[in-house]
Amino acid sequence: MNGNPAMTETGREGAARLNWRGIMDKMGIVIVVLIISALFAVMDENFLTWSNMMNMLRQTAINAILAAGMTFVILTGGIDLSVGAIVALAGVSGVYFSQWMPALPAMLLGTLVGAAAGYVNGVLTAKTKLPAIIVTLGSMTYLRGIAYVVTGGYPLILNDGSFIKMGQGYLGPVPIPIVIMLLVYAVFFVILKYTVFGRNVYMIGGNSEAAFLTGIRVVPRMTWVYTISGICSGIAGVILSARLLSGQPNVGSGYELDAIAAVVLGGTSLAGGMGTIVGSLFGALFMGTLSNGLTLLSVPYYWQLIIKGIVIVLAIYIDRLRQRGARG
Amino acid sequence: MNPSEVLLLRNISKSFPGVKSLSGVHFELRKGEVHALVGENGAGKSTLMKIIGGIYSPDEGEIVYRGQPTKWSNPQQARASGISIIHQELKLAPSLSVAENVLMGTTLPRNRLGFIRWERMYERSRELLSSIGSDLDPKRKVGELSVAQQQIVEIARALSIQADVIIMDEPSATLTGKEIDRLFALIRLLKSRGVGIIYISHRMEEIFEISDRCTVLRDGQWIRTLETRETSDKELVRLMVGRDVSVLAGKREGELPSGREAPLLGVTGLSDGKRFWDVSLRLNAGEIVGIAGLVGSGRSEVLMTLFGATRAAKGDIRLEGEPVSLDSPRDAIRRGIALVPESRKEQALFLQMGVGENMSVLRLKDLSAAGWIRMKQKEALEQESRERLGVKTASLRNRIVNLSGGNQQKAILARWLSLSPRVLLLDEPTRGVDVGAKEEIYTIIREMAAEGLGLIVVSSDLPEVIGISDRVYVMRQGRLVAELQGGDIHEETIMMHATGGQVS
Repeated sequence: MNGNPAMTETGREGAARLNWRGIMDKMGIVIVVLIISALFAVMDENFLTWSNMMNMLRQTAINAILAAGMTFVILTGGIDLSVGAIVALAGVSGVYFSQWMPALPAMLLGTLVGAAAGYVNGVLTAKTKLPAIIVTLGSMTYLRGIAYVVTGGYPLILNDGSFIKMGQGYLGPVPIPIVIMLLVYAVFFVILKYTVFGRNVYMIGGNSEAAFLTGIRVVPRMTWVYTISGICSGIAGVILSARLLSGQPNVGSGYELDAIAAVVLGGTSLAGGMGTIVGSLFGALFMGTLSNGLTLLSVPYYWQLIIKGIVIVLAIYIDRLRQRGARG
Repeated sequence: MNPSEVLLLRNISKSFPGVKSLSGVHFELRKGEVHALVGENGAGKSTLMKIIGGIYSPDEGEIVYRGQPTKWSNPQQARASGISIIHQELKLAPSLSVAENVLMGTTLPRNRLGFIRWERMYERSRELLSSIGSDLDPKRKVGELSVAQQQIVEIARALSIQADVIIMDEPSATLTGKEIDRLFALIRLLKSRGVGIIYISHRMEEIFEISDRCTVLRDGQWIRTLETRETSDKELVRLMVGRDVSVLAGKREGELPSGREAPLLGVTGLSDGKRFWDVSLRLNAGEIVGIAGLVGSGRSEVLMTLFGATRAAKGDIRLEGEPVSLDSPRDAIRRGIALVPESRKEQALFLQMGVGENMSVLRLKDLSAAGWIRMKQKEALEQESRERLGVKTASLRNRIVNLSGGNQQKAILARWLSLSPRVLLLDEPTRGVDVGAKEEIYTIIREMAAEGLGLIVVSSDLPEVIGISDRVYVMRQGRLVAELQGGDIHEETIMMHATGGQVS
């Protein structure tokens, strides 16, 4: 049997180990972030400055927001490969709408395009029972295609000053993308922990048949989960276009993998049913800190890719070890 | 060492961080012996089994196998030296053929170029299967087989490596009637060939039918090894639990409700179009109705349809005389129908979630306002459920995967009782549950009936069906073939109807 030795016999034994594991589940990635931050702080005096920290967090914000939505998807045992393509399409749409209307409705419409794309993913996944990886592999391709069709392949230039603020502005001393990131996480934390919907997400991911047999409406829940991921991608797309001063149909490729990596690094099991939203935030912070620190240390970008890749594999390996321990 | 002993374990201890799981356990197995290993869940049977199978290595003590002190460093070594474990949850590759599964772990027949000789493979596995009285087609995919058939594949696999020691972990849990007889015939055949068999089971009558000796474990301690014919079920149970309990559910006293008014649940001509046809039954409030039959006879499917989990193709379901259509479990739940499904882990438990949440899941909606869960009320409900059913757990936040089978099952019962259902459908309510908890579950079932619930119990454990039911329906090959009442409810009649005439 594949159980952790202490987990199979009685509850008593399990309890003794659970505390330790509970702490590692929740704190593991936090400790890792602290350790690499300390390392970078020692190796480079510019690392711990306010401006570098804000810079690093701003660069992390997009991945972190994508990872927040991805957390819902992965908690249900699914995956969303289309987030990078939605980022591009939502950014392009937001900039496109801003030519005709004020910034706020344009940004909302851009986000809504993301939500719609996610909704379609959700309906297809839940109704056809096709694996999410297939459905979103498809949408990853056709959404990117739509983004190219909308722009004719060229970037759309963003001229609206308030729209640009979304990516480059500040709220007090804090860049707006960071504020949005923190807001998203605060809201999602509460949803996952204190709402029926949030708990149902864990239940569907933990055991979808049991969820069905306890009367949980799996199809609408799943649709919402993918819609949430779409909304996050939409927000991220709008922010990215504001930072780039243009809606570009070719941005965001590979973002889905960074988001998945952040979620898994944060301790969420790819098999579903197990994980936390705070973990994903720290997973994203870990990746952000890593590239920021390596850049400060003048590690060439190509080498950074190699290191990042190894980290992703390690993350999946750790996930497997965790599952071996937790599934009885 | 006595030369007839094939395996001897002396003073075995094994600890896991914080807890001692086995301490000073003795165990010996002779050639051609069936040695039953009994004890409640958590007594250390699985740990001992894993030590014998090379999955764990003991902290202390010595293993002597075929007269040689032995230390296996991994399960492959133990297997290669002739120790085969048939796990309760079968370890098969569902997408491969029967032949591949049977011969997995042996040297597959190959031609000179090293390619697989498929005809030879099918032939060899067919021989092994027919030696245990099975005519399974070696070309079929294992995933398409019933659980009972899959177990036969497991047993054939053990034979393929010519095991000296076979450990069977609750092999009969998913078998009934004929299949168990066939299993026992096979065990006797293996005995006559000198194979030593360690038989783990919760079912007393099987232990007395098949075993030569029994070893009782309790709380990781060796309690006693007895000659089976010199002991009794009462004594064994007493040794297992350390106190006296009545093994079998006793009959309920008092008047049964009459069936004159509209029954609580009335079913006419129900078919799902695939697994059962033309099933008509009734259930009165306060009544416990058993459904007996062999595995695969359509019992579970009837329950799944009554619960709305699979759609009825034909037929009429009435609750208190009023026709209802049950298109989903949600419909059924809303109308007060509850189902404790057959397979706890796959169909009922949220394994990684807390014990508390597993019990309160059905009430989350009621305990929330606009989607927000009122945590205080939720915890109060969980606390109440835990006390009402006596679920033993250190904390409600403990993951339910860490609980014993009996406590998991009580948590599932608590989940449904939190809704105050009118009809409770129970599919194998005590499978994989230890004797003490079984007794508690029977008590709960009877209390619920006394409170006016109607209960349908599907079980492969005949003494259970007989002991607990007021009335028993028997199914055979997807049809209800008999309804038994009062004095007609006994094993022979049930088996006669279930098997279609031959009394087993």
